[in-house]
Amino acid sequence: MRKRLLEGVKICDFCWVWVGPMTTKTLADQGAQVIKIEGKSRPDVWRVSPPFKDNIVGYNRGGIFNIINSSKKSITLNLSKPKGIEIAKKLVAWADVVTENFAGGAMEKMGLSYAELKRIKPDIIMLSAAMMGQTGPYTNMPGFGAQLTALSGFTHVAGWPDREPADLGHYTDFIAPRYNALAILAALDYRRRTGKGVHLDMAQFEGCVNFIAPLILDYTVNGRVAGRMGNRSTHASPHGAFRCRGEERWCVVAALNDEEWQSFCKIIGNPDWTKEPRFNTLLGRKENEDEMERLIETWSVNHPPERVMTIMQAAGVNAGVVQDSEDLIDRDLHLKERNYYPEIEPAEMGKYFTIAPPYKLSKVSHDIHPAPLMGEHNEYVFKEILGMSDEEIGDLVAEGVVE
Amino acid sequence: MEDTNKGLLSLYRVLDLTDEKGVFCGKLLGDLGADVIKIEPPGGDPVRNLGPFYHDEPHPEKSLFWFAFNTNKRGITLDIRSADGREILKKLVKTADFVLESFPPGYMDSIGLGYSSLEKINPRVIMVSISPFGQTGPHRDYKDSGIVTWAMCGFMGARGDADRAPIQISHHAQTFVAAGIEGGVGAMMALYDRWSTGEGQHVDVSIQEAGGRGVPPVGWVLMKIKGRRELRIGGAGLATKYLWPCKDGMVMWFYAAGSQGSRRSSPLVEWMQEEGFADEYLKGIDWDKLDMRQAGQEAVDRMAEPTARFFMSHTKAELFDGAVKRRLLLYPVSTTRDILESPQLAARGFWRQVKHPELDVELTYPGPFANVVGQPLGISRRAPLIGEHNEEVYEKELGITREEILTLKQAGVL
Repeated sequence: MRKRLLEGVKICDFCWVWVGPMTTKTLADQGAQVIKIEGKSRPDVWRVSPPFKDNIVGYNRGGIFNIINSSKKSITLNLSKPKGIEIAKKLVAWADVVTENFAGGAMEKMGLSYAELKRIKPDIIMLSAAMMGQTGPYTNMPGFGAQLTALSGFTHVAGWPDREPADLGHYTDFIAPRYNALAILAALDYRRRTGKGVHLDMAQFEGCVNFIAPLILDYTVNGRVAGRMGNRSTHASPHGAFRCRGEERWCVVAALNDEEWQSFCKIIGNPDWTKEPRFNTLLGRKENEDEMERLIETWSVNHPPERVMTIMQAAGVNAGVVQDSEDLIDRDLHLKERNYYPEIEPAEMGKYFTIAPPYKLSKVSHDIHPAPLMGEHNEYVFKEILGMSDEEIGDLVAEGVVE
Repeated sequence: MEDTNKGLLSLYRVLDLTDEKGVFCGKLLGDLGADVIKIEPPGGDPVRNLGPFYHDEPHPEKSLFWFAFNTNKRGITLDIRSADGREILKKLVKTADFVLESFPPGYMDSIGLGYSSLEKINPRVIMVSISPFGQTGPHRDYKDSGIVTWAMCGFMGARGDADRAPIQISHHAQTFVAAGIEGGVGAMMALYDRWSTGEGQHVDVSIQEAGGRGVPPVGWVLMKIKGRRELRIGGAGLATKYLWPCKDGMVMWFYAAGSQGSRRSSPLVEWMQEEGFADEYLKGIDWDKLDMRQAGQEAVDRMAEPTARFFMSHTKAELFDGAVKRRLLLYPVSTTRDILESPQLAARGFWRQVKHPELDVELTYPGPFANVVGQPLGISRRAPLIGEHNEEVYEKELGITREEILTLKQAGVL
């Protein structure tokens, strides 16, 4: 059988919560050996946060945890004890890559700065994925995706112009892991060519600001502060989400040019209003957009969103169901065919699912396994990788270093 | 090997055929040091029609969208649908490591430039195809202007005021930017594989799936809870406020109780107390012992009243300064102006000044997405003008003669 893509890549993983674990999941799902260092005195937030399987609290029953930690190995090490740090350093010596997403300065406090890691392993690649980066006045600010989403400008431009901005949840949590994985893979390639490791100081804030770069330029060049436009477009109409038949069912539709507008009118049965001259041109539709949107809904509300999408797309008009969880899992046959939510069976979860990579490689498949139980790989890691004896391990357990 | 300061990927060449949907992918590889050649149709890429525009002058050389997402690329024009254009592209593929494209699935095959053709010319080439729903599956031919994949990936359904339609993030398509990064990750995976196999491969990126990584339907799988939009109430079943008006905008803050919450909530109350805003009720709360669910909606409302007054008495910047001092989870809802004024980004030297000689200006750009310590990435090129590097690439690198170029130009190939 063909080797797994990242087989042989060894990662010593201090990450927790979302951004870090999602980064290392990306690598683990392609065969990298990711050893997650965790502990009962400082459990990963998602080990102890709901939703839990059958509503029973347990380290190994977390609904989120089991998705974003697939394919990894877990050891339980108390990093507040000097011996815990000592063992962590042994794993650094074994690893190609060290990953962490604490607030800035935390690794240094534990004696695990890049300089120290480099001393242990000269060609180590270190990923630090703090929200603010490793330097600057805010470096040690705590925060989660919710806060960063507000700070990096997304919240202000989401929602209706006549209302307060919309809550986007932890949007930026989903941005940062992608950049992190890209940087680690580029660094692995660089190391292979040059023999040199690097320290990747990935400030989530900075990656997120890149997402809105055109709006940043609109300010630096034109002095314009970008605002909210609801679901509308600067250059297309209709462009929005329209109420469909059913409870809370919606379909987005966007007509980008005259041809698509004509097709759109034909599909909705060319009602009289579409023949009014004021709706015939883009400028006219923009001017009368409120009314047009109301008129469109008098049609869409009679049809299920799936039907709206199907007939619009068949006629070459941009359209898509606003999918909820049930749609994603049960009704989206396209995602099903592409096996986007592959089935896994973590020991305490039963049949469960995770997320597949959003890219498919033509010559090698990903290889996804269940997330580890807390400490599941203590014996494997301490014995096989670090060469410890049963006695040594027993002592560490007794001292509370291995928890 | 001495290639520090040129970036991690300085050895590689990228041919970028993408439109709006994949434009960010090539930029990232360029930021990392790769030689990225943007290939536009003669006359210029339609992306150049996307605003905003430099000084609001709608002109293909003045699109700020184009500027923002095409730094660190060279630019040539080529009609890849013509026989001559195809042959030239094939010559370029011989020395390329990556070909990026975002045409509708099957299009590259239909003009004889699919992966099966390209690998015959250069077995090491890695082709990255970015499309709304991927190269396979029943929706592969579905169109997307950005909002379709936003809706279909699941993110939209959970967002927005309950009395109106679910909401997108305004302006350009977020899922396209996300897919650009995922394309970069897929490209790097294929590059890693090439070291051991010696062969490239085809990377199929789905924009819907790229967006979907943020919204695993956990609730549905575990408890049959539908999208959150119907349940737009805080965790304890209470209507808690997340976004609060302040003197000059909004801030994000929410009270939390219990041992974690105590650490978060007490410092704000102390701060409010210092300034005389905390009332007896707020001062009397034992955050460690408080159970939000038991306390109920009335408690939440009583906390909100003095807090709202406190926030209204300060600006975003004042509140965030105080938050930094107290390590509070109180953050501004930033506008682009606030971001430009961020002391953090300034201290880290994030911003880059980029010269546009033809406009006779220097513009401020966001810096790179990554800080490789000791080897800072920069913007070594502003976005290319239409056909700016035709001569450099066609004459100097491919050895096409001036006469041939004149012929091809007049025939609309270049």
